[in-house]
Amino acid sequence: MTDFTILDLLDLDLKDHNYLELKCIAGRSGLSRKIVNSKISRPGLPLSGYFNEFSSQSIQLFGRGEQVYLKDLEKANNLDNVRKIFSFDIPCCIFCDNTVPSEQIQEIAENEAIPLLITPLDSLDFSRRIFSALDEVFAKTETIHGVLVEVFGIGCLITGESGVGKSETALELIERGHRLISDDTVKLKNISDTFLIGSGENPMLAHHMEIRGIGIIDLTTIYGVGSIRDKKQVQLSVHLEEWDNDKNYDRVGDNLTATFLGITIPRVEIPVRPGRNVPILIETAARNERLKKLGIYSAKEFDKSVLQWLESEATKKMYYNSDMDEDTEYAN
Amino acid sequence: MLTETLTVKTRAGIHARPASQIVKTAQKFKSDIFLIKGNMRINGKSIMGVITLGATFNTEIEVQCTGPDEQEMLQAIKKLFENHFEEE
Repeated sequence: MTDFTILDLLDLDLKDHNYLELKCIAGRSGLSRKIVNSKISRPGLPLSGYFNEFSSQSIQLFGRGEQVYLKDLEKANNLDNVRKIFSFDIPCCIFCDNTVPSEQIQEIAENEAIPLLITPLDSLDFSRRIFSALDEVFAKTETIHGVLVEVFGIGCLITGESGVGKSETALELIERGHRLISDDTVKLKNISDTFLIGSGENPMLAHHMEIRGIGIIDLTTIYGVGSIRDKKQVQLSVHLEEWDNDKNYDRVGDNLTATFLGITIPRVEIPVRPGRNVPILIETAARNERLKKLGIYSAKEFDKSVLQWLESEATKKMYYNSDMDEDTEYAN
Repeated sequence: MLTETLTVKTRAGIHARPASQIVKTAQKFKSDIFLIKGNMRINGKSIMGVITLGATFNTEIEVQCTGPDEQEMLQAIKKLFENHFEEE
């Protein structure tokens, strides 16, 4: 993890309902301060003078309560605790509801080079957004050699040896109306140990593909904005490999899995051979995955029907056989 | 596995053409090659990967070769870095 500074926080490319709308109003010289953890501290206790266990390395968030208390302190001209808070090596202070702190406080922050940021959001909304943003910033990451495509809403990570045809397969999938997230290098992030988010390593170079024989192409201009996506949860691992006659491929639908960054996702292994239409196989795997999410397991359902059928055949046989025995008895 | 740290000595850094030189050279060998810069580890046989490294002038890159012809591969890559990717 490279250092994450206040400047990076202001620079985070978050959209719509994730937008933090932060603005720096004082202490600009401290914008290079580092944020080292994803904790948020509400400095109510330190403001009242209790500094034990003060998480001085976390972002300090001033909600409505803290702001009212701060005003009272200013009225009483008792800013010792405020000065003490700012004397710690805190990364930054954030004021919610667009409240601009008094000039006195701005001056303290300016002197200690601690950025004061304001946001129009209320403290609840802001905490929710910053938690999810910092979660992603501090997530464990891994760069994988593969292609990430969204197929019918399922994020499929296609892996395999160089030259097995990952990019060509992805191109065919895009042609069929699916979306590319990243080609060649996929950055995976473990989000709170529950799911994986995949994106391109570098947003500047994303959505370009290198196709052997043609060179580098820009998908956004060739196929349009409908064919790309910035990031997507990785829900299925698709491994392409050269057809190996000695290997036993899955014929029924056993549950193979793959593990990335400690998170396990379903996996399919697709043998590649000239004449095999790999994109349509991936589409089918993705559809099957969607079905599983709805609680319908094709392989299991099929097995259930087979068992049911066998059972009914067995009963029928027993019934008819006993009938036949009786018939023969009568005949005698 | 062989590892060596190489420095980019071209002013323009590793852009499309040097990247394709690296990949072209790497593909002549059977061994696997990985380029590491900071916390990024990418396959040296993929052009987009090598470009994504964002290696600028004087960047240090750790090259990892693993396989039957790793020695020859590392030498070839090293020579390419020393020859400024046959550019300047």
